[in-house]
Amino acid sequence: MNLTLRIWRQQSSEEEGAMVTYRVEDISPDMSFLEMLDVLNEELILAGDEPVAFDHDCREGICGACGMVINGQAHGPERTTTCQLHMRHFKDGDTVDVEPWRAAAFPVVKDLVVDRTAFDRVIQAGGYISVPTGSAPEAHATAVPKEAADFAFEHAECIGCGACVAACPNGSAMLFTSAKVNHLNVLPQGQPERETRVLDMVAAMDDQGFGGCTNTGECATACPKGIPLPSIAAMNREYLRALRKEKSRSKG
Amino acid sequence: MAGTGVIMLLFLVAHMLGNLKIFFGAEEFNGYAAWLRTIGEPALHNSWYLYIQRTGLVVAVVLHGVAAYQLSKRDIRARPAKYEHKRQRASYATRTMRWGGVILGLYIVWHILDLTTLTVNPLGKEHHPYENIVADFRIWWVNVVYIVAMLALGLHIRHGFWSAAQTLGAVNKRRDRALKITANVLAASLTAGFLVVPVAVMTGLVD
Amino acid sequence: MDYRLGEPIADTKAPDVPIAERWDRRRFEAKLVNPANRRKHTVIVVGTGLAGGAAGATLAEQGYHVVQFCYQDSPRRAHSIAAQGGINAAKNYRNDGDSVHRLFYDTVKGGDFRARESNVHRLAEVSVQIIDQCVAQGVPFAREYGGLLDTRSFGGVQVSRTFYARGQTGQQLLLGAYQALSRQIDAGNVELHARTEMLDLIVVDGKARGIVARDLVTGEVSVHMGDAVVLASGGYGNVFYLSTNAKGSNATAIWRAHRRGAYFANPCFTQIHPTCIPRSGDHQSKLTLMSESLRNDGRIWVPKAKGDTRPPNEIPEDERDYYLERIYPSFGNLVPRDIASRAAKNVCDEGRGVGPGGQGVYLDFADAIARMGRAKVEEKYGNLFEMYERITAEDPYTRPMRIYPAVHYTMGGLWVDYDLQTTVPGLFAIGEANFSDHGANRLGASALMQGLGDGYFVLPATINDYLARGPHDTVAPDHPAVAEAVAEVEDRLNLLLAVDGDRTPDSFHRELGELLWDECGMARTEAGLRKALERIPALREEFWRRVKVPGSGVELNQSLEKANRVADFLELAELMCLDALHRAESCGGHFREESQTPDGEAMRDDENFSYAAAWEFTGSGEDPVLHKEALDFEYVHPTQRSYA
Repeated sequence: MNLTLRIWRQQSSEEEGAMVTYRVEDISPDMSFLEMLDVLNEELILAGDEPVAFDHDCREGICGACGMVINGQAHGPERTTTCQLHMRHFKDGDTVDVEPWRAAAFPVVKDLVVDRTAFDRVIQAGGYISVPTGSAPEAHATAVPKEAADFAFEHAECIGCGACVAACPNGSAMLFTSAKVNHLNVLPQGQPERETRVLDMVAAMDDQGFGGCTNTGECATACPKGIPLPSIAAMNREYLRALRKEKSRSKG
Repeated sequence: MAGTGVIMLLFLVAHMLGNLKIFFGAEEFNGYAAWLRTIGEPALHNSWYLYIQRTGLVVAVVLHGVAAYQLSKRDIRARPAKYEHKRQRASYATRTMRWGGVILGLYIVWHILDLTTLTVNPLGKEHHPYENIVADFRIWWVNVVYIVAMLALGLHIRHGFWSAAQTLGAVNKRRDRALKITANVLAASLTAGFLVVPVAVMTGLVD
Repeated sequence: MDYRLGEPIADTKAPDVPIAERWDRRRFEAKLVNPANRRKHTVIVVGTGLAGGAAGATLAEQGYHVVQFCYQDSPRRAHSIAAQGGINAAKNYRNDGDSVHRLFYDTVKGGDFRARESNVHRLAEVSVQIIDQCVAQGVPFAREYGGLLDTRSFGGVQVSRTFYARGQTGQQLLLGAYQALSRQIDAGNVELHARTEMLDLIVVDGKARGIVARDLVTGEVSVHMGDAVVLASGGYGNVFYLSTNAKGSNATAIWRAHRRGAYFANPCFTQIHPTCIPRSGDHQSKLTLMSESLRNDGRIWVPKAKGDTRPPNEIPEDERDYYLERIYPSFGNLVPRDIASRAAKNVCDEGRGVGPGGQGVYLDFADAIARMGRAKVEEKYGNLFEMYERITAEDPYTRPMRIYPAVHYTMGGLWVDYDLQTTVPGLFAIGEANFSDHGANRLGASALMQGLGDGYFVLPATINDYLARGPHDTVAPDHPAVAEAVAEVEDRLNLLLAVDGDRTPDSFHRELGELLWDECGMARTEAGLRKALERIPALREEFWRRVKVPGSGVELNQSLEKANRVADFLELAELMCLDALHRAESCGGHFREESQTPDGEAMRDDENFSYAAAWEFTGSGEDPVLHKEALDFEYVHPTQRSYA
């Protein structure tokens, strides 16, 4: 099939960008979206142009590196990562708009590559359980109810791709932050840091310039791993609980 | 936003139910209005409760507005560049929260000038709310203003109620559906409850 | 290219005591660094996967100043994240007869007797601590209703020792290490450089003292000095172009270290995984693995007739060849990875392969669905079936899956001693980057175990000894060795940009990959390897004459990154072929057609090849020197594997 692509080109974070139109021909429906871009890039290189820069790595939907907004949707029309989106979901002759994640906290580095280190800083603020190597008790010392383990797993699946922020009209990182808070706060191992974790991570999230949540639900719709919207409510619950505890602690 | 929203929502439910008393005639409705001033007596002086409630509501409205302003400012800052490919996002109720809120704010000002201070009411007869209301809804554009405002209110509550539940951490996977249904029922019944009054005046059911 | 035989090499660090006491003894004998002095030592860690992430976090917890690098935008994206199956540990929670010794035994045997016993035994010992550590970190392993950890048996072993987190074990373990590392970054103990790629090693007075790295966003080439350098940069499977590795996975860090003096061991030992989704066309950019567990219930077959293009459902039962069940009646579809892969290749070579290009075999669940019901199959394999359907647009419930082997893991890597130190003092290699534990074939669910074992427990214990035996005098930034390394890196990048030829870096990479796949893949012959050894230098020469890299070196330039990696693959590939050629025996993943039993199975030659081949670099295109590390099997006696 043949397609018209309108791709955001931007030389660097300092320079202005614009949509540039390209044609790609003889695209196989079995190609992934990224393989289609590979084809374009090979042509661009041979023509002496700079290829389109985009982040990608594992190409099997788990590393979270890839991500672009395709026709206004984070990761495109299917609920999966861009690397797992195949061209059979497009029609011959389609015009496809490709843009980078847009959020103040994710500045464009080049073309479709954005800087997502803000996510790392949210994790650094408290997205862990403090257990230095060697200090762990025997694994079976604490049984974890299956329900809690499943709840933790469901939230631990987040791949940190940033689609939630890209899809959110407010550039909010609530779904990302809540996924980690919920993963760790439900486990017995996560209890000692339960309050500081949520307070510190939310504070870090705010510091990084992410927007506030207005519960539009766009994030959960875009999430390739299906982190559910109630995850945010669960984090809010943890947050309010932590505030209460903090208050009673400062009184005591 | 959630806290002040819930306070206002509770008030609206009482307000709407009170409004329905209009169907029992002028005497009962005006009597009800007069009774409102006596709440809290004899501990409180006449009308004091009403002023306490009004103060509370004004504070809630102002805080709600300020919070909305701050949140919007932050959200716009967090997403400075728009997507080139425009696409319809979220539900209508969700997308119209900001403008709907502004409309409701302006409406509240007008509504107070109209039926509380009676400044702009066509009749403006003190202690005769029934007559003032009927006078209002005989004018076509008052009806239009009112109907538009109530539809905006319905949309605002539809997203606002569920959103408040989400913010306060009341939503979980099991409750999600029930809360969404509750939001829709609340929004629909408040809108309908408020709208039957002008409709009744227009159709002559209330006179 | 030929080679010269050098002095034998041996591990001198494992104490000469019974194997079960060696690790304890080594830790006791190792010198320690006073906690107050640790802050003064800088350790450079390259890579943030299971091994690197775990090592960086642990060294920082101990008080060292860690400077860490990853080419990805975040340490959380290292390719360990894609491991599906699970992690082995000798916990014996099932009370099914497992023990440290059994895990040790299985690993040595599974590696086809080409691994060092001391290292493997230690790996089995630390395996139990790994699970404790990960559980305490909050890794959400699968649990049973009683709240205890679930395990499954994996990769043909007879005990149930594999811990897992659905099909995403690697992801969950990596996030655990990433979170531990994040805590240390926040505490200021780890200085992280993401989107920064190591391009050379700095060796001063014979010791590894730093690296030259390039900031992939600004293009800036910078020098980072330390008292020791740890390479945790993963394997080199991407030399084949098509593999299950991430697109960015590369050999540059270990290859540059090799060029600076670190011996490279057993480069030809690569693992080819039997159950991957076949390529769909020439555009294919990588291959996707499907968990091996599918072979528990799926039946593998091809048509009996050559060139049979009928849809699978129209091929009657008696015209199908369930070749694994036919050739290996007792193990059937569950034969080890290398055997299943080679058998698939053989039937495809006979012209009986299915799907595009005849490069595929059927993995059929019709019998399983008839036996257990669709619901049960869905419960067990639903997510895998979904993944398959997303990629191929074929419904595996109604049409057999198509699978084909793909390069998956490299057992070879930098030669290390018991301390995981390379032949360059102060340079350590951990995880897939070293050669240490898997011999000629890695067992399923053992890669995660080794990465975390090295990173959390082994390296942090052994590196003390090196650091304590200073002095590590400060190296002046204008030291000739530093200037030379920087100049070499810059010259090379400038050269890549200056060629301005007419072929893309990917086109060279593809061509190299195809050549290696054909001649140094699942089956190798002397003639084929010689052909490859002739072709690779020519291809390398052509690369430096015709490659085209647009843009400049002072910006984000993904073509330049790629070209630089391909240039190293073009050198490494030659060593792989040479190693494969010199090892005129079959063992594990290395199958030399000249060395097979009458019924076509791999035949080891213990008399001549019971050693690890450690190669010394002497110059690009120059003959390398082979140092043999003799392998002694005191505890597990070599036997010929048989699965018939």
